[in-house]
Amino acid sequence: MINSSDPLVSCRKLRKWFPVRNDFFSQLRGHEVWLKAVDGIDLDIFQNDMYCLAGESGCGKTTIGKLLIGLIEPSDGEVYIEGKNLSNLSHRDLRKLRAKIQTIFQDPYSSLNPRLSLYDTVAEPLRLNKLVSSSSEEEERVVKAFEAVQLTPAEEFTFRYPHELSGGQRQRVAIARAIVVNPRFIVADEPVSMLDVSIRSEILNLLQKIRSEFQIAYIYVTHDLSVASYIGDKIAIMYLGKVMEKGSIKQVIHGAIHPYSRALISAVPSPNPTRMRKREILPGEPGSPINPPPGCLFSPRCKYAKQKCFSEEPPLEEVEPGHFSSCWFPQEPLKLDFDPRDTLIEASQIE
Amino acid sequence: MSLRVEDLKIYYCMKRGECKAVEDISFNIEKGDSVGLVGESGCGKSTVAFSILRMLPFPGEIMDGKILLDNEDLVTLSEEQMRRYRWTKISMVFQGAMNALNPIIRVKDQITEAIRTHNPSISKSEALKSARELFKLVGMDPNRINNYPFEFSGGMKQRAMIVMALACNPKFLIADEPTTALDVTVQAQIMELLKKLVNDLGITLMLITHDLSVVAETCKKVIIMYAGKIVESGSVKEIFAQPLHPYSQGLIASIPSIEKSSNQSLASIPGSPPNLLKPPTGCRFHPRCEYSQEVCRTEDPQIEELKKDHFVACHLSSGRIASEKYNQVIQKVKL
Repeated sequence: MINSSDPLVSCRKLRKWFPVRNDFFSQLRGHEVWLKAVDGIDLDIFQNDMYCLAGESGCGKTTIGKLLIGLIEPSDGEVYIEGKNLSNLSHRDLRKLRAKIQTIFQDPYSSLNPRLSLYDTVAEPLRLNKLVSSSSEEEERVVKAFEAVQLTPAEEFTFRYPHELSGGQRQRVAIARAIVVNPRFIVADEPVSMLDVSIRSEILNLLQKIRSEFQIAYIYVTHDLSVASYIGDKIAIMYLGKVMEKGSIKQVIHGAIHPYSRALISAVPSPNPTRMRKREILPGEPGSPINPPPGCLFSPRCKYAKQKCFSEEPPLEEVEPGHFSSCWFPQEPLKLDFDPRDTLIEASQIE
Repeated sequence: MSLRVEDLKIYYCMKRGECKAVEDISFNIEKGDSVGLVGESGCGKSTVAFSILRMLPFPGEIMDGKILLDNEDLVTLSEEQMRRYRWTKISMVFQGAMNALNPIIRVKDQITEAIRTHNPSISKSEALKSARELFKLVGMDPNRINNYPFEFSGGMKQRAMIVMALACNPKFLIADEPTTALDVTVQAQIMELLKKLVNDLGITLMLITHDLSVVAETCKKVIIMYAGKIVESGSVKEIFAQPLHPYSQGLIASIPSIEKSSNQSLASIPGSPPNLLKPPTGCRFHPRCEYSQEVCRTEDPQIEELKKDHFVACHLSSGRIASEKYNQVIQKVKL
């Protein structure tokens, strides 16, 4: 057992560069081209954390998720899970460790095997990791997992197949499969982005419930800051493989100082039609992570950029305890307005 | 250009049965309006859009109803007449800009083709000139018009699709989920652009989306659909301040927001949308509605104008039945 003050999962100077057309001749000529998907990331995830990774598409958030569970190997840097360095582990130890790490994928329509019954889908991780010795024990744990994700009565679901379920139910099965092995750490890669609005909040609430019940640490990968602010405790805002700003949700969403986070937050549409928020519309689109510009990666799109930003890369510095930002010229914290739907949510909870 | 839809009924007739995708919907869009058509997937919002252009995919069929564009019924027009109306009067920005452009034809050729098909008297160079003008209008470098679609980023493809829709100078624009699969920052850019088109060019906009916050920022009016029916419609300001239909209330309360001040858990609507091959009897929302009573199961609520320009289809809000809790909720959200 590790000490609860130590991080459950952490990474240091994590880097994943994908080669782009790096054949023998380009290596000879020294014209190597790399796609820097993840470039020097430090993260610490503690037990029971909900750590969100947010950013535009192509910023490397999914790649980090894959690196942290050892699905792909880092080009450089280390990943530690429960204090063990993933890259030093033998095949057998890695396999043992993997039983404690699970993922929930984005698309429940393609992440479930259509030819496996829901029972087999959920029981498969138990069998693969040899966690149960008898079929009655297996059944007990599968039924418990179904109950945890509120697919009840479990007998009604266990022998059905994925095509008989709605999107929300499928995602519940995917969650049941993840929690059946009693994991310590789950990577959830945009688990609600394919679901309808009215079902989304159910799944979010379910993930929260499971976290408090089983004391699981999550990495929650999302592009939707409103989801992140609802579900998360901590957040890292990424841009082209680097962390621009990280800290608690309160620090980052309700007091963003990095120009990129500010722009990202102000681009989220507001449900309040009575108020016209002054928006910072960010021009252009993210650059390419292939041979990124020198200096600050965000500088080509940043309206506050000065000479220094184009030549020198800003370090990720702590601006207040736990709140890091990588910018030479941080801005005033962004203030958000009150949301009128709070009254509606309050009202709907009248008993 | 105003659009009036009356008792529109669209079924997909399949071997398995009739899928009642759109059932008796009526709405009105005035000239210069921007209207958001909102609902979950499968509620019939895209079907409505395609039926206005008479481009319903097989086996979809308009069974009944009228689509009146400036008092001319589009349903009764011949295919040739309809072809002349498409793009010159009404046009559409399709869902998934990533796949809507032909990958092996230059963007300029795709746009000038649209212009010259609908108006053969325009010369090639004139068509190109107006296409370049439109590129400037949507905030793109006119020289990029010579590129192939794969040289464009997602946001640029979507802009090119908007140029395509505007090519023949239509006065009515339907945008079907124009920002799905785009990043939030690009979504904000595209929405600003659509707003600009409505304000500067006087285009009437019908925006189809599942994202209520997008509607709140972009549109003046909103129509909320559920399982092929309109449950509530009215001005954005009024509906967001005081939604009357239980479904709209649930929908609005269930979207997470970055502006939330409190730490309450989000509301959610239990269950999932019905199968439209066999829609529920009575009110189509009753199996998921926490206030549902006997009459909701048997009788279909008619859409009624409860306040000026605020239409609701619900037995509760029309006062036919009463619920203590519903009244409390309504009292509380009254801002």
